[in-house]
Amino acid sequence: MADLTQNYDVLVIGAGNAALCAAITARLEGARVLVLEAAPSHSRGGNSRHTRNIRYAHNEATDYVTGPYPVGEYIEDLMRVTAGKTNETLAGMVLEQSEQVVDWMQDQGVRFQKPLSGTIGLGRTNAFFFGGGKAMMNSYYARAENLGVEILYEAEVTGLTLNDGRFAYAQVLHGGQMHDVSARSLVVASGGFEANIEWLKEAWGEGAENFLIRGTPFNKGALLRVLLDHGAQPVSEADQCHAVPIDARSPKFDGGIATRVDCVIYSIMVNKHAKRFYDEGEDIWPKRYAIWGRLVGQQPDQIAYAVIDSKIPGLFMPTVFPAFEANTIPELAEKLELDADALEKTVTDYNAIVEPGDFDPTRLDGCHTKGASPEKTNWAQKIDTPPFYGYPLRPGITFTYLGVEVDEKARVLFGRERKPASNIYAAGEVMAGNILGQGYVGGLGLLIGNVFGRIAGQEAARRATS
Amino acid sequence: MPLVDTIKEAERLMTICNACRYCEGFCAVFPAMERRKTFGEGDLTYLANLCHGCQGCYYACQYAPPHEFEVNVPQTLATLRAETYADFVWPGFLGALFRKNGVVVSLGMALGLGFLLLLLFGMQDMSIIFGSHTGEGAFYRVIPYAAMVWPFGLVFAFAVFSMIMGGVSYWRSTAVPSGVRLSIGAILGGVWDVLTLKNLGGAGGGCNYPDESFSGMRRLFHHFTFYGFMLCFAATSVATIYDHWFGWIAPYSFTSLPVLLGTVGGIGLLIGPAGLMKLKIDADPAPRARELVGMDVAFLMLLFLVSFTGLALMVLRETSAMGTLLAVHLGFVLALFATLPYGKMVHGVYRFLALVQDAAEQKSHH
Repeated sequence: MADLTQNYDVLVIGAGNAALCAAITARLEGARVLVLEAAPSHSRGGNSRHTRNIRYAHNEATDYVTGPYPVGEYIEDLMRVTAGKTNETLAGMVLEQSEQVVDWMQDQGVRFQKPLSGTIGLGRTNAFFFGGGKAMMNSYYARAENLGVEILYEAEVTGLTLNDGRFAYAQVLHGGQMHDVSARSLVVASGGFEANIEWLKEAWGEGAENFLIRGTPFNKGALLRVLLDHGAQPVSEADQCHAVPIDARSPKFDGGIATRVDCVIYSIMVNKHAKRFYDEGEDIWPKRYAIWGRLVGQQPDQIAYAVIDSKIPGLFMPTVFPAFEANTIPELAEKLELDADALEKTVTDYNAIVEPGDFDPTRLDGCHTKGASPEKTNWAQKIDTPPFYGYPLRPGITFTYLGVEVDEKARVLFGRERKPASNIYAAGEVMAGNILGQGYVGGLGLLIGNVFGRIAGQEAARRATS
Repeated sequence: MPLVDTIKEAERLMTICNACRYCEGFCAVFPAMERRKTFGEGDLTYLANLCHGCQGCYYACQYAPPHEFEVNVPQTLATLRAETYADFVWPGFLGALFRKNGVVVSLGMALGLGFLLLLLFGMQDMSIIFGSHTGEGAFYRVIPYAAMVWPFGLVFAFAVFSMIMGGVSYWRSTAVPSGVRLSIGAILGGVWDVLTLKNLGGAGGGCNYPDESFSGMRRLFHHFTFYGFMLCFAATSVATIYDHWFGWIAPYSFTSLPVLLGTVGGIGLLIGPAGLMKLKIDADPAPRARELVGMDVAFLMLLFLVSFTGLALMVLRETSAMGTLLAVHLGFVLALFATLPYGKMVHGVYRFLALVQDAAEQKSHH
């Protein structure tokens, strides 16, 4: 049983991937470890429980990946998406250590997906968890509990007390009471602030009210704010986040993977005035997945509508909510609550300038419009075959990038002079911005959490027990 | 017809699952789901019977209750499965027997037992019932050959016929997609899946039963039960051959093939049902369907008692207890035969057919 009056060696705040990697590692180093999770046990694990795979470097195909993905290629991918907004030392360290990550995870009991006969293929760059992120987290929890890590749920940290830059104790709300919980070292692995709508508004304006949060409602960024207020050095910016277009009917929080709508590239996207606003066919979907959350967020009322005809369903993943369906465009507009004349004009104008071409959903097919503003540069087909379908879409925030700066030992850096804290470490989304300052590479967030979680856990334990 | 609510709920869940697909590695259900875009009643019946209830997808689910999507696939599919059992029963008016199946099977046990005891004590002399009998034909001196063969043969034949009829109406209802062809390979694939229970294998870790941790115990105990049952069946078949073709009359020696098969099978049929029962008692109720508990428990009890009394009979067959034990054992066997088509046993029929369909769909999909 967790005992809040005890002085633990290592206090871990947060209970997702990075936190559990830190807790397990610290415990394996011999430290007495307490994990504080704000969520109740059924919702434990932060955003990690919505994840699915981890990207790691490997030199050959294995049971879990189809081919080699050398460190060099990984680094190139990272440099391209971040446009250099990365700490190259930390990034290089994480990507090099990524080679051992799958073995380490398996040692903790995490299971990976082997190729299945039938419909399912594996990836080359990412290893998939058997059963997804929640199954992965369940394995970590089982491992941590077996090792004797103490985990307290519904324990919300509201503040930290530092003495001369040293962590002394945390203020913890648990069971309706405040507790001061002390420990020799502190690991902050409590995620970003995407569930804090007020904070999002500071960066995005009032429109953030209309954002949907794909992950846990518990990522309010409380600890990030506390660290920044104590003078921790910020990294990346508050308006940097990963946002994808998801169904506007999705839950406000925790909608996860199932709420995405993948038909954008085959559609025309219109805003609430039924006007197109961006080249839907710019690139293949995974590469453009992440820009559309932002694009929709910039439209009036932060909403947009994907409109397709009956040629398209079947080309993209089934959706969790059914499309709005109608036999004419004006009828569809009515169902989507758009101006019928305006949508009909947009579709008619668009159909008039679609150039003939060989539509091919599997590649950049060059089917385009001529004279539109904006043009559609691939997969442009007339929308002329009823029934017509429409999906309302809103930005779904996956995670935020603003974090605290750390060094290669995961120590939080304080002040302009970037002085490393003596016993405060950070791992996971709260510091991922050091490496992923902008852009997105699928499966990198978990890797950062894993590598920095383990570094933080080890350093924190050694600091506490030395 | 399954209840509209269950069908609707299963359709709702499969729509969510098909947009997520994180669970595709657990078992055959999710790849089969991915081969579909919409879910009619036939599809859902098939998926429900394909589900082995391993619960992996429940504990891995980011949308499990209290999430507002309230996804609980094992529970919903189990409920639907139970409703399909009542649906496909032959003759159809006996579907009600699945509603309170624990009671029905228990009554079956009481009636089987009562019938045999009445037969014995009503028609036999006490000195014969409580006498010691040895050598060729010892059993038949207590209960005559004809009294054993005819009722049991008829009840068993009826049970088999009834289950075949159930299987036929199940197969017709599941609406196998066009282009999917049944083949010898598909049937063998289904047989292999039954023999190995690979769908309870997880990623080598077994299933999440009785709780969230991975365990191979359920698969193991089901193997004990299944192979125990099969060995007992083989023992009976060999004995029948001995009797009919060779004129060798039971009881057979302890080292004879029927007794060896029956002993090994019988022990399996003690360990298996007892183990499954223990797991069931420990099981987390959240992913389970309460409607099925009575059916499961009654069937496990019946198998256990059939085996226990059979082994006791073998051990004590040369004592004065033989007559009574024989009647008790045969009473349970009769109850088992009579309730086969109206109890948990039918899961084997529909599960096998679902696995055959799955194997056929996989072959056509390639």
